[in-house]
Amino acid sequence: MTDSSQLYQEIILDHNKRPRNWGAVADCTHKSEGLNPLCGDHIWVTVKLAGGAIDSIAFEGQSCAICKASASMMTASVKGKTVDEVETLVREFRDMTTGKLDVGAGAHHLGRLTVFAGVKDLPVRVKCAILPWHTLHAALTREATASTEGDNDPVAAT
Amino acid sequence: MSAVARQTPAPAALDVERIRADFPILSEVRVHGKPLVYLDNGASAQMPRQVIERLVRYQTREHANIHRGVHYLSALATDAYEAARATVRRFLHAREDREIVFTSNVTDAINLVAHGYGRAFLGEGDEIVITHMEHHANIVPWQMLCEEKGAKLRVAPIDDAGEVVMEEYGRLFNPRTKFVSVTHVSNALGTINPVREMIAIAHRHGVPIMIDGAQAVQHMPIDVQSLDCDFYAFTGHKLFGPTGVGVLYGKAALLEKMRPFRGGGDMILSVAFEKTTYNTIPFKFEAGTPPIAQAIALASAIDYVQQVGLERIAAHERELLRHATESLRAIDGVRIIGTAREKAAVLSFYVGDVHPHDVGTLLNDDGIAVRTGHHCAQPVMQRYGIPATARASFAFYNTLDEVDKLAASVRRVQKLFG
Repeated sequence: MTDSSQLYQEIILDHNKRPRNWGAVADCTHKSEGLNPLCGDHIWVTVKLAGGAIDSIAFEGQSCAICKASASMMTASVKGKTVDEVETLVREFRDMTTGKLDVGAGAHHLGRLTVFAGVKDLPVRVKCAILPWHTLHAALTREATASTEGDNDPVAAT
Repeated sequence: MSAVARQTPAPAALDVERIRADFPILSEVRVHGKPLVYLDNGASAQMPRQVIERLVRYQTREHANIHRGVHYLSALATDAYEAARATVRRFLHAREDREIVFTSNVTDAINLVAHGYGRAFLGEGDEIVITHMEHHANIVPWQMLCEEKGAKLRVAPIDDAGEVVMEEYGRLFNPRTKFVSVTHVSNALGTINPVREMIAIAHRHGVPIMIDGAQAVQHMPIDVQSLDCDFYAFTGHKLFGPTGVGVLYGKAALLEKMRPFRGGGDMILSVAFEKTTYNTIPFKFEAGTPPIAQAIALASAIDYVQQVGLERIAAHERELLRHATESLRAIDGVRIIGTAREKAAVLSFYVGDVHPHDVGTLLNDDGIAVRTGHHCAQPVMQRYGIPATARASFAFYNTLDEVDKLAASVRRVQKLFG
């Protein structure tokens, strides 16, 4: 069992305290609402696409530190990326947090996002970390809402 | 021996270390190399060796299906199961064994009443009264009934401390009020409701009332005759017994006029394709093979609790709650949710603006098990404008030292996020 202090690192605590890109993109082209009914994480992601790439992105809502830091770091890392590049990150992030991608061994584009690798040892918190990515994916595919439960369960679906 | 020496002494304080030795899980389990500090008793309590051994003995030497075999084992199992019913009857101070129905849990018991009583006797425009602090199990079955019947759910408000506003509760009653169902102790806030008064008010209006005792029976003695409630429900696994068995107490006259809940074997006297005659109470409500082993083990859990003594348990838990409340209050930024005057040993709290799930995950590093979330009481969370709380719920095997560990761990969380 991994001690969660490996997860609650400085960078995650910092993004939780001072989330980047907090708020909403006023002239957004895509948006979605993400809900994790089990723990009450509830966020909104707004995106402005221009020329097939993310021009601006923001998020807001009410969530735990893992979810908020994940969302904050996600918004910082996807800015300027094409939709295809973002979808690759979504997949890689999901694979990392569900234990399918060993970030120490396999190739990936996650960079600093690997601080979330430890969440795979905290099964009940995996959905907290994935929710922002799932919500961004829903926004880009024009789904109004994303839930971590039911048919949309990102853990079961992988 | 002198007369003085033979007098019953005042109940001695609980020998917690001796009690802890009865609960194997408390010493067997280590979390992150640390001793388990189990403070999630409100969700499910642990089982003493005596109850585990009773289960093993039953499965080893007594098991067969009940009420239907002429053979030795069936008679043995039937006797043990019916003896368990008598134990529960004594525990609740009910008048008759037949007023005790074994269910699978409290949710099942409430659904039984919503179906058996509600569907039979409520109609369009009728009203059901609950409170704002109910567990979802005491909300949703009534909502479903209301939806089906065109009836209306009326909710008695709670104040900032987490107490039912009794004047408002009283004002909800009118000629359309047909049923009341309230919790004895709030699972999210710890509030002990003035159920005696609430029952009296309901009866003044001629309305039957059910008490959800899921969070009460492990903390205090219950006397359903003295309370005069019409229904009372509790569950085995919160009372140091197994999961899968719950109890519904109902006044015989009400149970008799109610509809059966589930149809099947054991709940009938005779079956023909033209007409089936239902069995007498309580069997009318126990269709199919009941949780035999669990009911028998529950009786042994009741024996255990009564041997420890509910008064002594209550005294020890009061001490735990007092110490926990003081220790957590002393920490900067900690807010206690639920400050009713009368509380069971349940402490919901919020640490600064740290989400309770982060609190729970970090406490787990120190081996401390608390519940985090909305505690299946979302209306309560909405009332206080929070998404969730961390909740420490104590049992008589918890110690003041464990409370200190909780406080130290909360300080660590507060510092980490500070």
